[in-house]
Amino acid sequence: MSAVSGAGPKSVALILARELAANLATPMFLMDDVGTLVYYNDAAERLIGKPFAELGEIASSDFGAVLQLSEPDGTPLRRRNTPAGVAFFQHRATHRELLATGYDGVRRHVQVTAYPLFGAANEMHGVVNVFWEGEELEGDAPEDEER
Amino acid sequence: MRARVWGCRGSVATPGSETVRYGGNTSCVEVGLASGHTLVLDAGTGLRALGTELDVDDGRELHLLLTHLHMDHLQGLGFFRPLYRPGLDVHIWGPASPIESLAERIALYLSPPLFPVRLNDIPASLTFHDAPEDEPVAIGSATVRAAKVKHQGPTVGYRIEENDRTVVYMPDHEPSLGVELRSQPPEWISGHDIAHRADVLFHDAQYREDEYESHIGWGHSCVEHAIDFAQKTEVDMIVLFHHDPYHTDEDLEPLLTAARDRWEGPGEQVCLAHEGMTITLDAEGVTRG
Repeated sequence: MSAVSGAGPKSVALILARELAANLATPMFLMDDVGTLVYYNDAAERLIGKPFAELGEIASSDFGAVLQLSEPDGTPLRRRNTPAGVAFFQHRATHRELLATGYDGVRRHVQVTAYPLFGAANEMHGVVNVFWEGEELEGDAPEDEER
Repeated sequence: MRARVWGCRGSVATPGSETVRYGGNTSCVEVGLASGHTLVLDAGTGLRALGTELDVDDGRELHLLLTHLHMDHLQGLGFFRPLYRPGLDVHIWGPASPIESLAERIALYLSPPLFPVRLNDIPASLTFHDAPEDEPVAIGSATVRAAKVKHQGPTVGYRIEENDRTVVYMPDHEPSLGVELRSQPPEWISGHDIAHRADVLFHDAQYREDEYESHIGWGHSCVEHAIDFAQKTEVDMIVLFHHDPYHTDEDLEPLLTAARDRWEGPGEQVCLAHEGMTITLDAEGVTRG
């Protein structure tokens, strides 16, 4: 996984979303209009296990290496089927109860809501991904076969 | 390229003896291009006086660039004489909205009971455009680009380039909302991209720092934040614009002093906008008059 280089100017919609996220105690992730993870807040660092300042922007294809999402029974989710994937590819809001595993290897029950940000003329600026944390599960996360 | 200020007051027109030096008309700046075209930035009450002096006999189309549709940026439109010249080609640009077209939103003002003349009855030939956010557009000898900026409701700033000179116009802008500007990465600063390294930046500077504390989120900047934005975007000159309607001429002068104290550069690169101010940008440089 590598950080995205040459981060470009962000839309006002994303800038405002980032400021909201920065002031919330709820984990929040922001993707831009090409699916790059452009920000997560301090609260989300608990899930990831590393601060955003350390990782920087992350290409959508690498997001699974940062935070693995799986069904409640442990079955890994395809990127397109994650809430963020649904919001990004299908342009609709979605909410799921899932398991999340970050860098620290800890699996947590989470509820995830993702919704696309649309501006004028249905121009999509990105996706907001909000996590509500549940209990931590004991034991190692299963091997990741498909992210 | 030559810019002339016809109105730099914010929020509401403030005629009277206490606003003579800097003027009481609301936002309007004329930009004359080498090609002879005229760009008009915003349609505040300053637009009325511009309309009495503007030469529209040369057959060139006129371009009116609106940053947003708050009344202090629109009220002069109904009193702009060129609009009553049958057939005059007038292009009106403004921020796109997901709800209504630009013409529909302007018609809310140009229709009874707020105004006696309906937009559809304006004799000039009007063409409406969404502000060029995706691709710059060529207008006469200039290139114009817009970007959404932080204010209340859809609002854009404009970047006008001609012969390697650049004017940027952001009269209503609160880039510091929720953030400490000086520590922000440039790509996360509202308006940074279109303001970057402009020769001249017209920027919102409505409040004193102590006044801003009770106006956070209203969509405007204090002088200190305007200066921080100008430093961050590396502009050569900032023109403090959109003066608070409660600030008299006497109130404004200390703001300029505070701004120059904060500016890391020659003080003459910071100035207060005033009605009649002209700024000429050419191969020789930037000249303020």
